[in-house]
Amino acid sequence: MGRAILLDKVNIPGIRAFEVYREHGGYKPVDKGLLEMTPAQVQQEVIKSGLRGRGGAGFPTGLKWSFLDRKSGKPRYLVCNADESEPGTFKDRYLMEKLPHLLIEGLILSSYALGVKTCYIYIRGEFKYLVGVLENAIREAKQHSYLGEKILGTDFSLEIYVHPGAGAYICGEETALLESLEGKRGNPRIKPPFPAYKGLYDCPTVVNNVETLAAIAPIVSMGGDAYAKIGSGKSTGTKLISACGNINKPGVYEIEMGLPVEDFIYSEEYCGGISNGRMLKAVIPGGSSVPILPADLILNTAKGQPRLLTYESLSEGEFESGSMLGSGGFIVFDEDACIVRNTWNLTRFYRHESCGQCSPCREGTGWMEKVLYRIEHGKGRMSDINLLVRIAKNIEGNTICPLGDAAAWPVASAIRHFRGEFEFHVEHPEVIKSIKHVAIKME
Amino acid sequence: MFKITIDNIEIQVEEGATILQAARMIGGKVVPPAMCYYTKLMGSGGKCRSCLVKVVKGSAKDPRPISKLVASCSTPVQDGMVVENNISAEVREARKGIVEFLLLNHPLDCPVCDQAGECDLQDLSYSFGMEETNTREPRREYTDVDIGPLIKLHMNRCIHCFRCVLTAEQLTKKRAHGMLYRGDTMEISTFIQTAIDNDFSGNMIDVCPVGALTDKTFRFKSRVWFLNPMDAHRECSKCNGKVTAWMFGNEIYRITGCKDEFGEVEEFICNECRFEKKDINAWVIDGPRKIKRQSVISGNHYEHLKKGSIIHPIEGTTEPQE
Repeated sequence: MGRAILLDKVNIPGIRAFEVYREHGGYKPVDKGLLEMTPAQVQQEVIKSGLRGRGGAGFPTGLKWSFLDRKSGKPRYLVCNADESEPGTFKDRYLMEKLPHLLIEGLILSSYALGVKTCYIYIRGEFKYLVGVLENAIREAKQHSYLGEKILGTDFSLEIYVHPGAGAYICGEETALLESLEGKRGNPRIKPPFPAYKGLYDCPTVVNNVETLAAIAPIVSMGGDAYAKIGSGKSTGTKLISACGNINKPGVYEIEMGLPVEDFIYSEEYCGGISNGRMLKAVIPGGSSVPILPADLILNTAKGQPRLLTYESLSEGEFESGSMLGSGGFIVFDEDACIVRNTWNLTRFYRHESCGQCSPCREGTGWMEKVLYRIEHGKGRMSDINLLVRIAKNIEGNTICPLGDAAAWPVASAIRHFRGEFEFHVEHPEVIKSIKHVAIKME
Repeated sequence: MFKITIDNIEIQVEEGATILQAARMIGGKVVPPAMCYYTKLMGSGGKCRSCLVKVVKGSAKDPRPISKLVASCSTPVQDGMVVENNISAEVREARKGIVEFLLLNHPLDCPVCDQAGECDLQDLSYSFGMEETNTREPRREYTDVDIGPLIKLHMNRCIHCFRCVLTAEQLTKKRAHGMLYRGDTMEISTFIQTAIDNDFSGNMIDVCPVGALTDKTFRFKSRVWFLNPMDAHRECSKCNGKVTAWMFGNEIYRITGCKDEFGEVEEFICNECRFEKKDINAWVIDGPRKIKRQSVISGNHYEHLKKGSIIHPIEGTTEPQE
């Protein structure tokens, strides 16, 4: 097994309970942070660690924290983004289900560093069963005076609230999340102003992903410098990868950044190779919204170097021959997978989840879905393929929030790398119509 | 005061002004089109994306360009900013795409639409759109919803600008309608089909950039360009009573708010003025109103002329584009 920092305690029986967690070294980082360090020192450790946002964008967390407006005199808020709804990503769910106290630890330390007194966990509506798990953990922490007034006898007080959403993908976007948390329709806000100045209830707010916040406790306990030594280059630390698709061992794996993709797919320790002895066809490496890559480009970059699981290596070659690490939703396709059908499926998702606020995304996602539906059902035209490229280009970058980009990239990249397959669909409608799609059975 | 350059024209603006406001101060062709932004409505703008511009220099302090196109209506001006609007090929191309998206599910029933001739979407597609259509998909259709005796809602024509929702929210205390559902099935409607009933609801018609909300008392009466807009006023206890009366001979066909060159009303008017006072005796007619905005209704109107003055072509009269 590789180096486990987040999931090191995951296999201990009963680890969800406070006493068991505490016995195995839990809440030591909180003791260290609150009793031995100042808030500025905690933040300094996070900056030194080079931790980058695990929600998808990979923005340095320490830098994000330093943008927080501390001069306004308004209350500051920390919001934990647990609205994990990217297709292919299920790492946060696993983390919260197995180690709720790790997240609570991270929230306490982050709130201490940021001077936050109220903290919200915005959790996806579908994770209803996790609300109880988290609230139970919060209650236990409170009983042991790790939450509430004057934590551990210091002047620092903190309350954590769990807020379930109603199950909209768009509420994973930070400003839409804040709108939803305020009780409004979950529409992304127009930026600027950024949440660091005007966030929740018009007050300075930091929004971080579950995995990012969970990494704070290990960083405080081992020190930022030690954490920065793990990983490779600017991608420090470990990352949870949720692997799914046509592989032998789907699941959540903690990897040290810099692991070669080939090792990850084929080694017994992780995915264990492609299922049923088939060949690898393509991989979506970071959740459904990042560009898809064919087998040769996911294993090696266009320059011939092995592709590594880091932010830099996966995005090498930009959109021509690269992709993104994104949220770590690693979706593998074998040789039998139909890229056209998959792309249509993804556009159907984005059409359904577009908030409808800005015109390129509202109209464009629906249009792409209709065109891809026709191609997939044997009614496509050759001109449709270039039309799709043009629609994707017109959406990309012209929308309020990144959902537009997320909807455009899979289509643009699928056509870029698998154009022949789209053309085959158009040229041989009789073959396409004769295929019966059935649910895949795992052996 | 901040200095900003838009399409090579320099201007000084107040701090906190947006790029669109700065462009409107310059006027003419520099002004980006705006389908959802409305100066009088707080929180409007940023949604239609037709006002996208390119920022080639962020500010004097930080001269890096902004990589994406920005919505000029919601981006504040920085000192020393350099913005490209019509001179940038990227902006023109993006705007073409936006027009295509806005028209994608629009029924294009202009021949029977009361808004034709003063429709922002018509003007936008005439100025920036493509000549042919690329879509073969069926257009979106909504079931008809009755929102009361005064206003006709044509959801098929709606471009989801949110202006009417903001108007209702900000002019009255009792908002009866809003946006239902999401994505491309999103629709303006009232909650469980109640009628919209308050004194200022008629302003929804004025703020609607397309023919989605039209005046039921004026429905199918006349094409707007056959009517003469006249400035008129009356004593009104609810609003300031200054309106534009659209007349044919001595008959008033409809009443709207007075609109400026960007199609925005100067003052919101009440429903009594708008819907009930169609008799010419109820009004004091002040004289012909010059329509400055670039649309069909700006052509062929009488002007106040002093003796010996020279007649100039009206500013903003539509010119064919290449």
